[in-house]
Amino acid sequence: MPELLRPERPVGIVGYGAYVPRYRLPAKEIARIWTQGRGGLPIEEKAVPGLDEDTITISIEAARNALARAGIDAELLRAVWVGSESHPYAVKPSSTIVAEALGATPFTQAGDWEFACKAGTEAMVAAFGLIGSGMADYALAIGADTAQGRPGDALEYTAAAGGAAFIIGPAEESLAVLLGTLSYVTDTPDFWRRAQQPYPEHGMRFTGEPAYFHHIGSAARAFLEATNTTPQDYTYAIFHQPNAKFPQRIAKQLGFSPEQIAPGLVVPTVGNTYSGSAILGLTATLDVAKPGDRILVVSFGSGAGSDAMAFEVTDLIEERRALAPATQDYIRRRTEIDYATYVRWRGKLVLK
Amino acid sequence: MDISRHWRNRKQRYRLVGEVCPHCGAKLFPPRDVCPHCGMEAKTVETLVGTGTVYAFTTVRQAPSDFAEQSPYVVALISLDDGPMLTAQLTDLGDVEPYVGMRVEMVTRKLRNADDERGLIIYGYKFRPVLERALA
Amino acid sequence: MDDIVITGIGFTPVGEHWEVSLRELATDAALKAMQESGGLRPQAVYVANQYAPVLSRQANVGVLVADFIGLHDVEAATVEAGGASGMMALRAAYLAVASGEADVALALGVEKSTDRVGPDVETALSVVLDADYEAEHGLTPAAQAALLMQRYIHEYNAERAAFAAFPVLAHRNAVGNPAAMFRRAIKESTYRRATMLSDPLNLFDAAPLADGAAAVLVARRSVLPPEMPQPLVRIAGFGIANDTLALHDRDDPLDFAAVRSSVESACKRANCSLEEVDFFELYDAFSIYVPLILEAAGFAPRGEGWKMGQDGSLELDGKLPILTMGGLKARGNPGGATGLYQVAEAVMQLRGQAGDNQIPNARRALVQSLSGPASLAATTILEPAP
Repeated sequence: MPELLRPERPVGIVGYGAYVPRYRLPAKEIARIWTQGRGGLPIEEKAVPGLDEDTITISIEAARNALARAGIDAELLRAVWVGSESHPYAVKPSSTIVAEALGATPFTQAGDWEFACKAGTEAMVAAFGLIGSGMADYALAIGADTAQGRPGDALEYTAAAGGAAFIIGPAEESLAVLLGTLSYVTDTPDFWRRAQQPYPEHGMRFTGEPAYFHHIGSAARAFLEATNTTPQDYTYAIFHQPNAKFPQRIAKQLGFSPEQIAPGLVVPTVGNTYSGSAILGLTATLDVAKPGDRILVVSFGSGAGSDAMAFEVTDLIEERRALAPATQDYIRRRTEIDYATYVRWRGKLVLK
Repeated sequence: MDISRHWRNRKQRYRLVGEVCPHCGAKLFPPRDVCPHCGMEAKTVETLVGTGTVYAFTTVRQAPSDFAEQSPYVVALISLDDGPMLTAQLTDLGDVEPYVGMRVEMVTRKLRNADDERGLIIYGYKFRPVLERALA
Repeated sequence: MDDIVITGIGFTPVGEHWEVSLRELATDAALKAMQESGGLRPQAVYVANQYAPVLSRQANVGVLVADFIGLHDVEAATVEAGGASGMMALRAAYLAVASGEADVALALGVEKSTDRVGPDVETALSVVLDADYEAEHGLTPAAQAALLMQRYIHEYNAERAAFAAFPVLAHRNAVGNPAAMFRRAIKESTYRRATMLSDPLNLFDAAPLADGAAAVLVARRSVLPPEMPQPLVRIAGFGIANDTLALHDRDDPLDFAAVRSSVESACKRANCSLEEVDFFELYDAFSIYVPLILEAAGFAPRGEGWKMGQDGSLELDGKLPILTMGGLKARGNPGGATGLYQVAEAVMQLRGQAGDNQIPNARRALVQSLSGPASLAATTILEPAP
């Protein structure tokens, strides 16, 4: 059994921030167009980015919120890392633009991450290492997406936009201290997109047991064993949330209660924000957690892999929480749009 | 291809980096090196706070080609709390009707594509109604 | 001092001249002005033009026009100052002649707005704004005027419907101007139903961009023969003042301070008072400009300029006629040529050649062009030469 990845220098989350766009497309509106309104719906509604939003603008706002909570000068960030599967440029890192927009340039590491829905937690793990090694004091890790769904496809109901940002720093300055992390990765082709294609392919039922459930389950079990803990030792648990059913099922399989996953389950009214998915659940949980609470997060990225990590909330959470908008402040801010508006905004119309 | 002008202006567009006049204390945006209030040299860099009030706004319905895909959109004169006034789009209005005197805050958004879908994406400031928070 | 006089004017009809090119329009107007002047040839040519480099891929317009008029070995240059280009070309001609560097100078304005069509034209029009801080945010000249209009209505509780008076007046006067682009009167109901360009500004609140060319020949009186084909009009004085380029940089956006400064200095130069002005050819690129200009110039108190459209004072038989030949709204707005159309129309009034639109006893004209929302105000006062 593998050991936990845990840096010698204790690290944690010094600041966190969320962002969700204000527009919502109800799943029943998609069904109206594609199935005459029939069939079950995987979620209630999803967040749609406005015409002027993309992964970079989402990352910038989430990061500004994280900076506000961290209370540090942006120039102290020695790494700015954005993980996404919808980077606006195929070549030119989102991270440089985000770093410039925050005022973190020029003496910072910047580079983009990609691993389907777990690109954000990847960046976080790397940040734990950067700070934990003593190479730097602060690093910013972001997961954000404006995921595209093929029109009429099952994934169109859930492919949404949003993101979360975490400033990783020394444990003594953290509002939640890292207890450890562990990754579980295999070459499993459950969902992918070739370079010039606009929409991804997915393996239908293959994305279930061999992919989502196997990787999250394996990472979670290995983490629990390596830490000698059980689900009851955690106040909250957050799993990657591609739809409402999967995280509830894996929670039950692993032995977590509905109450433990409740604050972090944002997918029903936000949708699957891909690289933002598990970590928006984390920001929503931090928004209500109390000092001493333990939080387990297990992300999942297709291709495939899971990052498991756990945190213990500190006394600093109370004073830091109110310094930026809460995840629910964004979720509550809602303007419903119809399918036609969605199609126009998401660039699915041929204009030239 | 349009590159250097956008690159030169990035700090102004992303973060409202302006100047403060060391002689009369006025904050200036955009930076212009000569204070328009007292006429003295003003080159001290100062980042402005992105909060302000709507002075006037309009919905553009006949857009120039650069902005045609976004039409219609709302453009406004925003009176920043720090003093200067600037021109910017209002965004994230949803079903909110803007009004003269509305309180707004800066966000960084896509302004447009510099040339076409192969060109640079130009990011910059827009303003939205202040986000309501449960905890203040 | 030797009087600087206008010896001849010439202009094409204003409209969409698909079959006529930039150089042909300019030549037509220039030859008319030179003919009216008894064949006088200028030593200097100043050509006002705003958009040829973007719309026709033609810069160097001053040199092009001088060549095609048939002038060689003359001084030639393009003059550009936004909407005030035409007036500033007149200024350049005036200075050339007043300084003695030339005896005769030609001020000509020409615009081919129709050489490009579609939203690209709207993008081109925005070059007069602050490119980095206004146009880059989607502002257009119409949107900028709409912001002013909205704020004006808000601050002064002005009636939105009252703005109809200005385009209605312009169109009524244009009926008597054979060179005008639109020669039919419009009803208030038409105004109310017009398409919105940029709320609250509608299609009739904005003067149409058009094609046209206008020329004014200027000379020192002492070099002229005693008998000239047309009555001479004297340039009594100029007043030119700038303000911030961007509207957002104004201390008070509703105060057209440059209008005030330029009118004051023009009156000082011409040794006359506002009361002695018989009519005012003002720059009505947008209907909101009219009350703002009238207020800043001193003809109405702040916030009340809009009322002047209601009480008949601006009509041909009123106490301060404006837009006597249709103004920018109905005669049309051919960019760089506009200022010189304004001057030519004033000259016709002062000569007694305004036909149906003649103002009785017109002795003193106030003529003003603006660049943008008075980012520059260029004013001249004209009188019949004694």
